[in-house]
Amino acid sequence: MSGKNGHDDEQLEELREEVLDEARDDVISHFDGEYPIEIEGLRNSFGSQVIHEDLSLKVKRGEILGVVGGSGSGKSVLMRSIIGLQVPDAGEVRVFGQNTVGAEPDEEAAVRSRWGVLFQGGALFSTLTVAENIEVPLKQFYPELDPELLHEIARYKVRMSGLPEEAAAKYPSELSGGMRKRAGLARALALDPELLFLDEPTAGLDPIGAAAFDELTAELQETLGLTVFLITHDLDTLHAICDRVAVLADRKVIAIGTIPELLESDHPWIQEYFNGPRGRAAHVGFAGGKASRKSVDKATAGKA
Amino acid sequence: MREWADFTVHEAGGRTTIVLQGPLLVSSIGLLDRRLREFGEPVQFVDLSGTGEIDTIGAWTVWRFADEHNAHITGASEQAEKLLETVGANASTAPIEPPRLPLVTRTLEFTGAWTIEFGHGVARMVGFLGAILVGLATVIRHPRRFRLKSLVRQMELVGVTALPIIGLMSFLIGIVIAQQGAAQLRQFGAEIYTINLTGRLSLRELGVLMTAIMVAGRSGSAFAAQIGTMKLTEEIDAMRTIGVSPMEALIIPRILAAVLMMPLLGFFSAVIAMIGGAFIADLTLGIPFITFLTRIQEVVPLFDLWVGLIKAPVFGLIVALAGCYQGLQVRGNSEEVGMRTTKAVVQAIFMVIVLDAFFAVFFDQIGWG
Repeated sequence: MSGKNGHDDEQLEELREEVLDEARDDVISHFDGEYPIEIEGLRNSFGSQVIHEDLSLKVKRGEILGVVGGSGSGKSVLMRSIIGLQVPDAGEVRVFGQNTVGAEPDEEAAVRSRWGVLFQGGALFSTLTVAENIEVPLKQFYPELDPELLHEIARYKVRMSGLPEEAAAKYPSELSGGMRKRAGLARALALDPELLFLDEPTAGLDPIGAAAFDELTAELQETLGLTVFLITHDLDTLHAICDRVAVLADRKVIAIGTIPELLESDHPWIQEYFNGPRGRAAHVGFAGGKASRKSVDKATAGKA
Repeated sequence: MREWADFTVHEAGGRTTIVLQGPLLVSSIGLLDRRLREFGEPVQFVDLSGTGEIDTIGAWTVWRFADEHNAHITGASEQAEKLLETVGANASTAPIEPPRLPLVTRTLEFTGAWTIEFGHGVARMVGFLGAILVGLATVIRHPRRFRLKSLVRQMELVGVTALPIIGLMSFLIGIVIAQQGAAQLRQFGAEIYTINLTGRLSLRELGVLMTAIMVAGRSGSAFAAQIGTMKLTEEIDAMRTIGVSPMEALIIPRILAAVLMMPLLGFFSAVIAMIGGAFIADLTLGIPFITFLTRIQEVVPLFDLWVGLIKAPVFGLIVALAGCYQGLQVRGNSEEVGMRTTKAVVQAIFMVIVLDAFFAVFFDQIGWG
């Protein structure tokens, strides 16, 4: 490239070599296909207990997909199969068009740097501060980044996740449950992923904290153009921010679509879920409070 | 090949413009960021019109540079505008390292805290022993509240399931004592004293001591981990609210099991160690197996057996006490369970060895040397 910028050419060359020493070769640019996640014929079992059988699912780029299902229906197992923590018995899982089942370690690492995962309990490294937690993936994938830049990134990610700036220097044990989730989200977003996995992000939060977390998710999704795979039990979350909802039952995805579309289904579990007392309350509450919540409005615009 | 972000400098009419090129992504920004940090001259404009994809890390690099030089950003795409605004709004200068005291102060603080904690720990441990005695008294006064079933279960876990590993360990130790003893004694032509050495050492010291260490590793740690986990999952609190005393349901069966099983295990260990000694003597020293065992009867005084059997229940008590006590101290998170379990084992083994030294002097003084 160019050296006419007043910079000493030799020095630049040295710097480039030093950086290239540490950096990986491949270019990583954004995925522009239609489906960042494609699952076909997935089968998972533990011993004789079959969790998934011939499960298929496609996640659209730029959507927030809610995944619901009864306890034990395999929501978390599905997420673990996609991110490669669980090796399925059969089937194909493609993330960004690449098969993640049995992928070469190098290819897998490249895909890993493009998603972020928020585990149920936050799963922060307890011996590191929040800022250090955020720096871990950055250092792992991009060792060439300047330490000063790493610290700056950690600082703004902390604030982007809605934490007070002092939280950066704290250890996970010094944070409340809600703050720990936000810190986990900050770490999940460290690499500016295109794909974000959230495992029950609002479980264990009070309603105010849960609503704020929903809003944050929607806001970040819009700003960063994320595709979000969101496992939840929270009906309010589904109504508020999910573009589509996938229902897991009978070992597969029995329905996928917007909530009104799902309501037309006559599957007993779906009917009970959305038309049970809690489902109706969430629906009514959402319809009433819609106008006052801007970010919420946007996420479901044209869908409801 | 990876494409890197780059920049060129344009100067026109006394104004300096930094023109950026290439994708501004976390994967391409490393080199650009380092060079921009070293760029010391005044800059009026940063031109983004030639850049490709952008993420928050790229946006941050641009924003930070522009902010530092008070420069205007031009040519930003809609997405870039949005990200620049977001990172700018979230800029922060908060310290990211936890506050740390200077070394001297920190050392003093640590020493002080440790001393206080040690004192409290000893007091709490004595308190715990007292609570156990009270609990035992209650159980004796109300025998129906005694949990025979869990005592038997714990005796099985502490004692029966430990037999194979303790047996193997003792057998090997017996072999080592006899073999090494013979090698040394041979120099004085006193090889035959190998039998005295093996017999007396296993019964008095090694049988019980090694068993106590093994029980601390197997059962003391298990006590601490089980009780600690139950503490974390609030099972212990649930027990209390239902009216079940954790002392009666959890602690007393474990303590009693350890106290009752230790003498049996210690004796078993000593016997196997002697068999191991006899085995190796038969093989390498030319002392027949049966002769070895008959000689033991003649050369080992009976009080050696008593020394071992008196020490064993005390060691059992210490191991169980440390395990249960540390388990109950678990608070907060799962990391604590591991820490407390380690502490229980270390404490138990340390106390056992200290007490063993006291016992050695004591028995010597009363003429059981």
